[in-house]
Amino acid sequence: MASPLSFPEEVLEHIFSYLTLPSDLNSASLVCKSWYSADRYSRRKAFIGNCYSLSPQGLVSRFPNLRSVEIKGKPHFADFNLVPEGWGGYFFPWVRTMSVAYPWLEEIRLKRMVVSDEALELIGRSFPNFRVLVLAFCDGFSTDGLAAIAANCRHLRELDLRESEVEDSSGHWISRFPDSFTSLVSLNISCIASEVNFPALERLVSRCPNLRSLHLNRAVPIEHLPNLLRRAPQLVDFGTGTCSSEVHPDIYSNLVRAFAGCRGLRNLCGFWDVIPAYLPAVYSVCFGLTTLNLSYSTIPSPDLANLINQCPNLQRLWVLDYIEDSGLEAVASTCKDLQELRVFPSAPFIPEANVQLTEQGLVHVSLGCKKLQSVLYFCRQFSNAALVTIAQNRPNLTRFRLCIIEPHTPDYLTREPLDMGFGAIVQHCRDLRRLSLSGLLTDRVFEYIGTYAKKLEMLSVAFAGHTDAGLHHILSGCDRLRKLEIRDSPFGDRALLTNAAKLETMRSLWMSSCSVSFGACKLLSRMMPRLNVEVIDENDDPCSRPDNCMVEKLYIYRSLAGPRFDMPGFVWTVNEENSTMRSSSALPS
Amino acid sequence: MEVSFKETELCLGLPGGGGGGGSPLVVEPEIAPKATGKRGFVDLELNLQSEDCSGLTDLNETVKKSNNSASSTKDKSVVSSAAAVKDPAKPPAKAQVVGWPPVRSYRKNMMAPQKAAADEETEKKGSGTFSAAFVKVSMDGAPYLRKVDLKTYGSYKELSDALGKMFSSFTMGNYGAQGMIDFMNESKLMDLLNSSDYVPTYEDKDGDWMLVGDVPWEMFVESCKRLRIMKGSEAIGLAPRAMEKCKSRT
Repeated sequence: MASPLSFPEEVLEHIFSYLTLPSDLNSASLVCKSWYSADRYSRRKAFIGNCYSLSPQGLVSRFPNLRSVEIKGKPHFADFNLVPEGWGGYFFPWVRTMSVAYPWLEEIRLKRMVVSDEALELIGRSFPNFRVLVLAFCDGFSTDGLAAIAANCRHLRELDLRESEVEDSSGHWISRFPDSFTSLVSLNISCIASEVNFPALERLVSRCPNLRSLHLNRAVPIEHLPNLLRRAPQLVDFGTGTCSSEVHPDIYSNLVRAFAGCRGLRNLCGFWDVIPAYLPAVYSVCFGLTTLNLSYSTIPSPDLANLINQCPNLQRLWVLDYIEDSGLEAVASTCKDLQELRVFPSAPFIPEANVQLTEQGLVHVSLGCKKLQSVLYFCRQFSNAALVTIAQNRPNLTRFRLCIIEPHTPDYLTREPLDMGFGAIVQHCRDLRRLSLSGLLTDRVFEYIGTYAKKLEMLSVAFAGHTDAGLHHILSGCDRLRKLEIRDSPFGDRALLTNAAKLETMRSLWMSSCSVSFGACKLLSRMMPRLNVEVIDENDDPCSRPDNCMVEKLYIYRSLAGPRFDMPGFVWTVNEENSTMRSSSALPS
Repeated sequence: MEVSFKETELCLGLPGGGGGGGSPLVVEPEIAPKATGKRGFVDLELNLQSEDCSGLTDLNETVKKSNNSASSTKDKSVVSSAAAVKDPAKPPAKAQVVGWPPVRSYRKNMMAPQKAAADEETEKKGSGTFSAAFVKVSMDGAPYLRKVDLKTYGSYKELSDALGKMFSSFTMGNYGAQGMIDFMNESKLMDLLNSSDYVPTYEDKDGDWMLVGDVPWEMFVESCKRLRIMKGSEAIGLAPRAMEKCKSRT
């Protein structure tokens, strides 16, 4: 007989449906068997931070009724060409398994995965209730795959291809949305290089009354914008195409009227090749803007400042360093609600500065924008003093990524390492979750990080440190660390092996051009059987060299699935028998 | 880089008075690291069972002993591009490190050279144009593709070296002083194709497959959409077309 404290499973499942955080649901599932079972059957969403941490079969047996899946593939440094093509991160095995197990699947969100047209076609065929497809930083598919999605997903709400690489076969895929299709809420095709069939796009926009977010691609000329915007005055989020054609008074006034009609616009982006004379056309919506992404626009500082002065409610601003210190002073005085600032480099490969952007710009923003939490900043000089000031001004920072363009650049005032400055950041910003370091740094900075950065979850290190003590500080001190990526820093065997157990508490560790020996990899793999220790070496089989040879690139991650079998020839999994495994050369689709 | 190893010695105090040249702007930070009672690195005892002791020593060694590793900053990732300085007035292009600064290739490819007023100075400097030129490289018989950014190389020789590293069985033949193929000399061309196992070819803007080395380097970078390293015997089929196109250009 059931105890008075036990509920029927359906009631439990209903209660659990109110728990939204995976961590809460995970905790609930550990209480007792019936709660485990209730959670198991009622879980609707899964987030898989590393696609190799478990197998697709593992997922579907653990959670048989998912509606929404989010999966990440390649390591973050793949964004910067440190992970060779063909490394892995294939989506097909997942969709093949899910197509059978989850007929009611509604949402797929992928990041840095290789998605084939075949996989997209399978989505179209397998999930009648499919609603959301987000492919962020993915590649491997073409417009043919998109055509399959358009043609088959009758209830699609979101199609977001943010910054993916799409092979363009034809712009006509957009006409494959049937005339009866009206459910679109969000469409982001900004990464598609070639022209999309514009009349078909216009018709699509016209018949989708719930469309809130539309990001055009660069091929859409500015003349088309007014008509498009008139058909979708309810837009909240809009990305323009190219804005480079000569300013024609008629076009300009059409544009002004069209934007004025979009009373609900909150996010603007695109502005490729924009001629500054066009910018006032958007002034009417600037007051309501909360997000402005001008990071593809080479607008000079005075015009940028004029635009930004119209936007007092900005919360998120992405710009190129053309904004210069003077533009950032304008931001500091106007955008009092700013939470996130990203300043990208316009010319990262020339030796000297092409713009007047220094540490002063960020110092001003840190002083004027009291809600600032998230910073990504590329520049050419910095000082400990500036870092300390920023840290003291903004202890509420949660993400701080500073990229001083030249490796090993010291404090430009004192010529000292920037250890103290970053030390101040971690000491004052107690909620810091993400940190990227740059400039001249010794082991000292890692001592500070290990001592103070107790909430740090992700750390990126490049060209820093002197000895294993640096890595040891990080691994032994940062209690919440999940992702660590290191390049070109002299960290090696001792720190890694001393902290082997720590690695199983993290999602992944990337080390490239460091000082880890192959022998240490073998040893680590033997000590920690639930880690996959993968060596990437494009020159040779690491087995063919002595154990004390350094490995080129190392990717270590915890996994329930054991070593993977879809590796290309230049990736070796070091397994416990002190031998290496590599896959056959068969490529999954 | 000269480093005072004293600085890497572990202690919880702040670095003593900085190096010379400081400005009065130095702000005293509020950091006062207290003795946390945590064991420092030097106290750690490693207790591993390992037969592979070659790399492992007792971690009670002080930091000073690891002087060797201190300056072993890896150079492997540096793509050396001592690019020929065409204009002596321009500063020489620096060696470009792979993947640094960390700008996503999507972003690099999206930023085409723009004639914005702000950028005119940069344009004149030449070597700093922001855009990248990522092209896929395939080699007949190799199971996977690679990608290269043509703008990180200054010449055919550099490209050849890089491709040689990626596809170890590939080396470019003798391309003459300029690094270009002499298409005018048919027999020389045939020699080249016959003597090489593999020959690099590329798809240009018109969609034609051409032999790498037919145009000056800069022109090649602008027009190359994709690279394919094919068997010399197959490439011979391309040669007549390439020669035609070359002749029609001059």
